[in-house]
Amino acid sequence: MSALRLTVNGGEHVLDVPVGTSLAQILRDELGLTGTKIACNEGHCGACTVQIDGVPQLSCITLAHAVEGEVTTIEGLREHPLVEAFVRADAVQCGYCTPGQVVSAAALVAANPQPTREEIRHAMAGNICRCGTYPKIEEAILSWQG
Amino acid sequence: MARLIRTEKEVEGRFEEVWIVVEEDPLEQWPEGPLEVVGRPAPRKDGPERVRGEARYTADLRLPGMLQAAVLRSPHAHAKVRRIDLAPALALPGVRAAIGPGEAHGLEEEAGFAGAAVAAVAADTFAQARAAVKAIDVEWEELEVVLDPDDAVKREQLTAEPRTYERGDVDKAFADADVVVEGTYRTQTVLHNSMETHQAICEWQGDTLHVYISTQFIWGIRQAVAQTLDLPEDKVRVVCEFMGGGFGSKNGPDEYTFVAAELAKRTGRPVRCALTRREENTSAGNRNATIQRLRAGARGDGTIVAFEGEFRNSVGWSGWNASTEGPMRMLYDCENVRSVTYGAKLNTPPMKAFRAPGFVEGTFGLECLVDELAAKLDVDPLELRRRNYAASNEGTPFSSKNLEDCYRMAEPHWERRHEVRSRSDAVWKRGVGMASQIWYGGGGPPSYAWVRLGSDGRATVITAMQDIGTGTRTAMAQIAAEELGIPLEHVDVALGDSARGPYASISAGSSTLPSMGPAVRAAAADAREQVEDIAEQRGLPADTPLQEIVAVLEESQILGKGARGPNPTGMSVLTFGVHVVEVAVDVETGEVNVERVAAIHDVGRIVNPLGASSQVEGGVIQGIGHTLSEERLLDPESGRILTTSLDSYRMPTIADVPEIICEFVDRPDEHLTNLGSKGLGEPPIVPIAAAIANAIRDATGAEVHELPISREEMLRALREAEERAREKEKRGAPAAV
Ligand code: FES
Ligand code: FES
Repeated sequence: MSALRLTVNGGEHVLDVPVGTSLAQILRDELGLTGTKIACNEGHCGACTVQIDGVPQLSCITLAHAVEGEVTTIEGLREHPLVEAFVRADAVQCGYCTPGQVVSAAALVAANPQPTREEIRHAMAGNICRCGTYPKIEEAILSWQG
Repeated sequence: MARLIRTEKEVEGRFEEVWIVVEEDPLEQWPEGPLEVVGRPAPRKDGPERVRGEARYTADLRLPGMLQAAVLRSPHAHAKVRRIDLAPALALPGVRAAIGPGEAHGLEEEAGFAGAAVAAVAADTFAQARAAVKAIDVEWEELEVVLDPDDAVKREQLTAEPRTYERGDVDKAFADADVVVEGTYRTQTVLHNSMETHQAICEWQGDTLHVYISTQFIWGIRQAVAQTLDLPEDKVRVVCEFMGGGFGSKNGPDEYTFVAAELAKRTGRPVRCALTRREENTSAGNRNATIQRLRAGARGDGTIVAFEGEFRNSVGWSGWNASTEGPMRMLYDCENVRSVTYGAKLNTPPMKAFRAPGFVEGTFGLECLVDELAAKLDVDPLELRRRNYAASNEGTPFSSKNLEDCYRMAEPHWERRHEVRSRSDAVWKRGVGMASQIWYGGGGPPSYAWVRLGSDGRATVITAMQDIGTGTRTAMAQIAAEELGIPLEHVDVALGDSARGPYASISAGSSTLPSMGPAVRAAAADAREQVEDIAEQRGLPADTPLQEIVAVLEESQILGKGARGPNPTGMSVLTFGVHVVEVAVDVETGEVNVERVAAIHDVGRIVNPLGASSQVEGGVIQGIGHTLSEERLLDPESGRILTTSLDSYRMPTIADVPEIICEFVDRPDEHLTNLGSKGLGEPPIVPIAAAIANAIRDATGAEVHELPISREEMLRALREAEERAREKEKRGAPAAV
């Protein structure tokens, strides 16, 4: 066990957890933030995407003790206009990949508010959706400002 | 009045005769076309919960005191446990219980494939459970491994008797045919890879077992668990509010459910048993590989006179022999057809239904062969399909079939081929291909729903069904809102719990909407009729808004109930469609890009055009993965699975997606229920592989015979086409390429 200080969605957390625990596991099991999903747990799918200081990161392969910076999860982005845009465009089927998609998309539009289709495809290619919501994700991001 | 009837029930193309109780289903169908709510695009009712990460999936549940289970799986494709010692596992920290072969359903002494479950451990944390599984001491006796389907067929090592079919006089028809084409087509094993892995949490409360599970069939789980554990069905409660994809792989309980139930019993605590992604790729099912040896004969005028097929399904250690021959029997009006279908029993993981099982594979072979026939006859592929249009299903009338309209709607997309081809250059060749689709999707009884209406004029649809991500809640709410004449926002849908609603159908075989929708409409109509009675008693005019009529009710509620009526007797309920695909092929590297897909489907009435387009896009994209990049690989010596991670098993990403155009005939099936809707989950994945292969032929002249169309397969087909062209030239004919 080792002390861990984390800032998540603006809140400070002090925890005592084994070294080697992933950030995803801390978020889901210790902090109850289950909006961050785990689908592969080895860095291949993007379901667990969170932002660290605004940069998308795969929380399942990020060691919690190595996090420097502020973590933003889907729970911290619930009022983001992208949420409404995803619902409007039907960019959600089973929804299991969707929080990760929104977190990646939020980082994209923060850096580039009017991305082209090509830029969207480039930025979102690490987020797998087995249901195939991709065309609707493109549409949601293209129209995120309403 | 309840009526007892005997009816044919179909799921995923498998039929059985069942007795069912249905109530009268006297409602007239609504008129064709968009209504007030039904037929108009509606964003998902549960969209915000899912997008905001608030929806609770089985993977997100944390029951107090819950333990985590891990499963020991066979590293060998075929082996027997000679000796197993669980003691070293039990001695490790955090471990609460361990079970071995025979101690839970699905834990077996003989492992028939690499990944078969053998033993399991429950511990405080998953890491502890995994460590304990590693400590289990097993002595294996390795057994002979059979991996080759042809080998299995030769040895008659089959999962069931070969299935044969014959109509007409096939030999004579081939002898009389002007043109005969033949070919061997191969399809690969692909994995469902739902984003939420297979998992269950089991908890005993008194003598009742509570099962929280990621499933496509709440009532099927309840029945199978009760039967296996010898419990009354009402002592098993099954809960699934949200689930992260299934695609056919989550229709029943597997070893993880029984492991969790047994370990929960032994420890007195709730136990979760969840597959890891790597276990998902070895032990959660697959679409089996096939070998299809096909032959077709036609007269010079393009009339197809004979089909013959020998199909070998690599079923695996267990599973069923899907109807790979189905499209050959059903898609065209051909008098003489003969097929035999073998299910090879192999030391590979068991097949499971995967989005139109059998028909996806069979349509690839058949629709490629039909294009080869068109080329040989020098008939336009669309025209050839029209000339051989089936007016009935082997003599049984269709409840509705609008494939002709699909063909008509396909014309403008098909017309583009001249322009598309002209955009070819020395390296990138472009072309257009098409393929037709036939599949089931009529749903059936039994299915029930209740509608609860309060004095505030708001309604809740209650039924113990599941929403596997197809937008079920939304479609059901639309149907109830339409029938009640209230806004969609005033309808909620409560589902996902066998203890809190009536029996509901499986969400497989494209059956959710056609099974459940009519029951929901009937329940809403029952509630509406009660409201009308109240209006009459209050002396209110017939057009008084519902909200005003029920306003006096205070705490009283109106409860409507509805049941799904039977399917029309003596009719075949089927779905149809056609895809027109544009591709670009790099003839130097063998790279294939799908650039545009026009998907036109005939599935009866469309309830939610927005959700329907999502279903089509999802099916098309999954089909593109199946066609171009996905393949489960085995070590040919040991039978171990090599593609267990998502970087080795390549599913489409957003960068692989073409332009997709969805069109619907959108005409209610007048013989099918009070709704006239069929299912749409599966049809869009059926024709895509053949349409891509046919577009490749149009672009390059190359005949692709194998999925996935890897660069090797593409380059092989290109070389073969070049040789064909050279030989033709030698013989003095002009080159075809
Ligand atoms: S769960 Fe982290 S990348 Fe898949
Ligand atoms: S919505 Fe199901 S995986 Fe993306």
